[in-house]
Amino acid sequence: MSSTSSQSATKGFIDTDNTQQPNTGRVPLVLNMTTFGEVTHQVCRVAENRPPLAWYVAFAVCLSMVGFLGFCVNYLIFTGVGVWGLNNPVMWAYDITNFVFWVGIGHAGTLISAILFLFRQKWRTGINRFAEAMTIFAVICAGLFPGIHVGRVWFAYWLFPIPNSMDMWPQFRSPLLWDVFAVGTYFTVSLVFWYIGMVPDLATLRDRAKGKFQQFAYGLAAIGWRGSMRHWHRYEVAYLLLAALATPLVLSVHSVVSFDFAVSQVPGWHTTIFPPYFVAGAIFSGFAMVVSLAVPARQLFGLKDLITLRHLDNMNKIILLTGCMVGYAYSMEFFIAWYSGAMYEKFAFVNRAFGQYWWAYWIMVSCNVITPQLFWFKAVRTSIPLMFILSIFVNVGMWFERFVIIVSSLANDYLPSAWDVFIPTWVDIGTMVGAFGLFGVLFLLFCRYLPMIALAEVKSVMPAADPHAKHHASEGSH
Amino acid sequence: MLTPQRTSGTYGLMAEFETPAEIMEAAKKVHAAGYRFWDCHTPFAVHGLDKAMGIKRTILPLLVFGAGATGAIIGFCLQAFTNAASFSVWALVWVTGYPFLISGKPLMSVPAWIPVMFELTILLSALSAAGLMLLLNGLPRLSHPLLSNNRFRRATDDRFFVVIEARDPRFLRSKTEAFLKTLGAKHIEVVEDR
Repeated sequence: MSSTSSQSATKGFIDTDNTQQPNTGRVPLVLNMTTFGEVTHQVCRVAENRPPLAWYVAFAVCLSMVGFLGFCVNYLIFTGVGVWGLNNPVMWAYDITNFVFWVGIGHAGTLISAILFLFRQKWRTGINRFAEAMTIFAVICAGLFPGIHVGRVWFAYWLFPIPNSMDMWPQFRSPLLWDVFAVGTYFTVSLVFWYIGMVPDLATLRDRAKGKFQQFAYGLAAIGWRGSMRHWHRYEVAYLLLAALATPLVLSVHSVVSFDFAVSQVPGWHTTIFPPYFVAGAIFSGFAMVVSLAVPARQLFGLKDLITLRHLDNMNKIILLTGCMVGYAYSMEFFIAWYSGAMYEKFAFVNRAFGQYWWAYWIMVSCNVITPQLFWFKAVRTSIPLMFILSIFVNVGMWFERFVIIVSSLANDYLPSAWDVFIPTWVDIGTMVGAFGLFGVLFLLFCRYLPMIALAEVKSVMPAADPHAKHHASEGSH
Repeated sequence: MLTPQRTSGTYGLMAEFETPAEIMEAAKKVHAAGYRFWDCHTPFAVHGLDKAMGIKRTILPLLVFGAGATGAIIGFCLQAFTNAASFSVWALVWVTGYPFLISGKPLMSVPAWIPVMFELTILLSALSAAGLMLLLNGLPRLSHPLLSNNRFRRATDDRFFVVIEARDPRFLRSKTEAFLKTLGAKHIEVVEDR
């Protein structure tokens, strides 16, 4: 008895190297488990049992960060945007940097859930649920910043075409308004996609729940799902439609965000490369964030048989690919700045690398272009500590990318007499740190109470799920 | 003509299977036997089971296309009215358009309106895809005879169920039960209708 209990207790906490298997044919996506019941138990126990001590510690830290965020935001609203280090000409700095950073983080979730779904990448099933959760929480953090940066937040409703007594409307030719619609739609669609995907798994939690309150809460959230095949039929069509809709949406969102800059005439912003460059950067930073979250989560909650080394290896390959794309964009920006012959454009880029923000630029290049090259080596891609460190580097680098683009372009534009330096205040920094706390709190609550892995989807890609398994056993896998 | 032999208080008969292959075979036979009010309940979408059950393809994509087209039209009208029109319309309250003249650009700046039209197309399509899917499925539904059955709880875990409802014209408790036995079910039980 003791041997079986100790075996089930360590199950999922030990890494199995499944990256050596050849890429041909069907590679098992779930390790050390063959039955559906085992998978159900492995995932549901996270939400059913008390979380490990580390969860409480992390939650306390993140919650106090949220408290500080609340303080900073209130201080800003009651005092005015002057509490930030903004000046004329640097009227966008940490606020918009954080906005673009968080929106970008969200993109990996949609890429995993929608684009990899359309490409029939079955390994996505292990990571899509919490990557989607990450998307939603990241977009919540992103939405905070433009909201408070308008200064007089009580006029934030001016962003929307709401009939009012002034007979005024938003100006729809402005990319800033496109952004409102793009980010608003993105949040809504991501939330719907996430929730619809989760309904069958919420039903699993409902059916396993012991306590009255859990039964009621999960029962309400599962809206009466009972796995009917007639329902599944429409469900699968709806899921495919949502994936097909989310794919162009995710590409549009960061393109529209990049229009905020590209449509203006500031040197360093006014470039046509921005939309694809921003989208690649978004996916790059988002995947790094997925790795940063997956590594501790699978360790803490014993999900190593479901989020296997192979999953992480695949994600690191995507980080490498998108990192190279971002590196290409950096060098192409420089080439075009020179090739265009535009004096101000040329200055803007030389100034980025060697001007007053040179350190930010070189942090960006080191973290986004140089260190991800280590992922060419399989030993690095499959080493948990190394991939964690490199993914944190990418997060840092991508934050600095947005900072460099926004601040260095604004600080030194056409007229040297109008130049200035941006120095963040403690409120700037506190709001930025607080947003990470908000993200952490939401993510920890998600891990604790909701199905972290898309159970129904994982089951459907297991060998046991093949309804023709018996008949075609002799023909081999197909 | 068969008269529905509905025993009051019985929702139907439930047969339990252990593998997708078993329920696939069973579903084909239930469909062939001509039952109409029946269903399979599975922890995940078993590939091809809908076809085996004879489920017709849903009209959902057509409805979603309609919703998407509506979104595009709303997006265009919203922007044309608020930024280029100078008349009033009644939309719950009287609202008046405002011809924004910016840098001498044309009032009907359609290229600049594409992003918002696109976003509204996606928004309405996605909301209708999710909402209509639930509506067509009769969800949300917070109470159902099957959800009161303890054994049925495993339908969201690792068991596969065929349920034939008592309201089916071919349903005869003894005959249907015998029929389900021939399908190789591990367990058969009556589902009560509270």
